[in-house]
Amino acid sequence: MSVQARDIAIVAFHQSDCQASAGATNEVELIMPEIRAVMDQVGLRNAQDVDFVCSGSCDYLQGAAFAFVAGVDALGAVPPIRESHVEMDAAWALYESVLKIRMGHADSALIYGFAKSSPGELPIVLSQQLDPYYLAPLWVDTVSLAALQARLMLDAGKITEADMAAVVSRSRHNAMNNPHAQLAGEVSVESLLAQQHFVSPLRRHDCCPVSDGASAMIIATVEQAKAWGKPYAILRGIDHRIESHNLCTRDLTESPSTRRAAEAAGVADGAVDVAELYAPFSHQEIILSRALGLGEGTSVNPSGGVLAGNLMMASGLSRVGEVFQRIVSGEARRGVAHATSGPCLQHNLVAVVEAA
Amino acid sequence: MSDAREPVTGIEAPVYLQYQFTAGRAPSRFLSALKQGRLTGQRCPGCSQVYIPPRGACPACGIATEEEVTLSNKATVQSFTIVYIPIPGNPIKPPYIVANLVPDGANISFIHLLSECVNEEVHIGQRVEAVWKPEAEWDYKMDNILYYKPLEEPDVPVEMIGKLGVDGLEGKQS
Amino acid sequence: MSPTEVLSEAFELGFTYTRSTGPVVGRFLTGLRDRRIEGVRASDGRVMVPPMEYDPDTAAALDDFVEVGQQGEIVSWCWVSEPRKAHPLQQPFAWAMIRLDGADVPMIHCVSAASEDQLATGARVQVRWAEETRGHIADIACFELAEVAQ
Ligand SMILES: [Zn+2]
Repeated sequence: MSVQARDIAIVAFHQSDCQASAGATNEVELIMPEIRAVMDQVGLRNAQDVDFVCSGSCDYLQGAAFAFVAGVDALGAVPPIRESHVEMDAAWALYESVLKIRMGHADSALIYGFAKSSPGELPIVLSQQLDPYYLAPLWVDTVSLAALQARLMLDAGKITEADMAAVVSRSRHNAMNNPHAQLAGEVSVESLLAQQHFVSPLRRHDCCPVSDGASAMIIATVEQAKAWGKPYAILRGIDHRIESHNLCTRDLTESPSTRRAAEAAGVADGAVDVAELYAPFSHQEIILSRALGLGEGTSVNPSGGVLAGNLMMASGLSRVGEVFQRIVSGEARRGVAHATSGPCLQHNLVAVVEAA
Repeated sequence: MSDAREPVTGIEAPVYLQYQFTAGRAPSRFLSALKQGRLTGQRCPGCSQVYIPPRGACPACGIATEEEVTLSNKATVQSFTIVYIPIPGNPIKPPYIVANLVPDGANISFIHLLSECVNEEVHIGQRVEAVWKPEAEWDYKMDNILYYKPLEEPDVPVEMIGKLGVDGLEGKQS
Repeated sequence: MSPTEVLSEAFELGFTYTRSTGPVVGRFLTGLRDRRIEGVRASDGRVMVPPMEYDPDTAAALDDFVEVGQQGEIVSWCWVSEPRKAHPLQQPFAWAMIRLDGADVPMIHCVSAASEDQLATGARVQVRWAEETRGHIADIACFELAEVAQ
């Protein structure tokens, strides 16, 4: 793979607050402040000033057909722009944009994702992404599937409920430094374990909250980033892998797709100072840390991760953005970002971000 | 136990999902004004275009529209079609007219009905006026305006459609 | 600029889809209508229930059907203390991965039980058929604890 062909620079990132409900805010009104923020970071006017735009969202979340088309109103698409969309997390919109730049079809790209999950019942909406003959008609919700996965890990002795609570406790603690977090605070493992089960073996705090919001990013060739004269980080590697839709043929206690993507992205080529992992359930952070081979030297989810606020369809892009911000601020030199899609970590994307 | 019926080749797979839709800030303000009997648009601070119904952004500039503008009850036909097909649940009997209308003071059209007119005489540039329901029936709904009806006013030249100020052809251009 | 009221309204989005089943899914659902459960043998010999059309490892088309038992054991489970409206059972119940006798790959379905403490990984369960079967995954109304341990 010609990773060395054209290095990609991440130049700007911004994310909204994670709100339980954005209330009277439509897609355009959610997206626009984030796009404005990244444009201002670089000193650009609107989408006319980048070569390509790609977004990630899912219309089923808010039940508004073709909401992503309305989202284009936030861009400034007169005269017409080059635009694309993935019905996935915007981390995959980033992936598409990276390919576009590496192929030489663009020198810069705006990527954004938006989430308005509050109008619907998210775990039930997501049940309709499952096998349409065997699972979707039963309305198996995503929380329950994650609970089946957690039980497999507990039964196999791969984790304890205290390990899960420790993930939550650290997330809430770290989120106190994240102004956009929805859930933050000091909570002890003991107090978490004292809570009753929700969908056993999961407790409510083992599950990410439902959040409304958006995030946006600008990437470019290194030459373009230098021309803009703004601080940037290098996206050194990016890869994604998917597993079978049949949950029962997968080993749910591990994440071979994350492991493969990490190898292809070059995670092991250097020390990992920081990792932002898209783990919607506490036990999944442990699966992911192991699949990525993260050790003591890595700060995992310093933002609090998605247990502190989950912008469905934007959280994956935000993981990359969080790592970017820590590298540009000098807090870290090399980091790993992860995004996921599908039930029980079915599809995983891994990106390596380094200081320029 | 065997079954003489034909093998299964398909299933019914209905999906019904419940949502609580929220209109958004700009559409909410638009609908609130409608409830008070006013048609409003929003002006772009960049290019000064006035949008109806407002969605909160100027799609041309990609910036937020905040300034609210009260529009006229008078409008100009930008385009129209005569509908001959009955639509299930629609109380209006065909043939009837659906038109792109630009209210005076706005720069883009929205879609509404034309009535009290001779269908064959409807034309682009024709002047029309909103016919509102009785005030007691006003709600957060576009159909507070029952339909538009023709006005005895000179036609608007095609190149001027979408460029009239709130005072119409006589008033200053927006 | 007038202040913003939050205008919201409940609505239902409906998709009245029908789906073609194809030969593999169709055969499985035809079996359910007859109150039989059929799986398919994968390239490596594993029996998968419900049957997959293609091998998850090799992508080979699969057609070696195998009838399996109507009892099995719980491989994993979770207890839904507050069922959602869309769920097939409205009393507290379990979702479970169930390995049917004669199958290697478990299937996911719901388990009806009086309380969480009746269930455990490894517990034996059996099919409870719907009163009327029609060739649909819900012909299996649910699983319940097996009356006689085998
Ligand atoms: Zn404008």
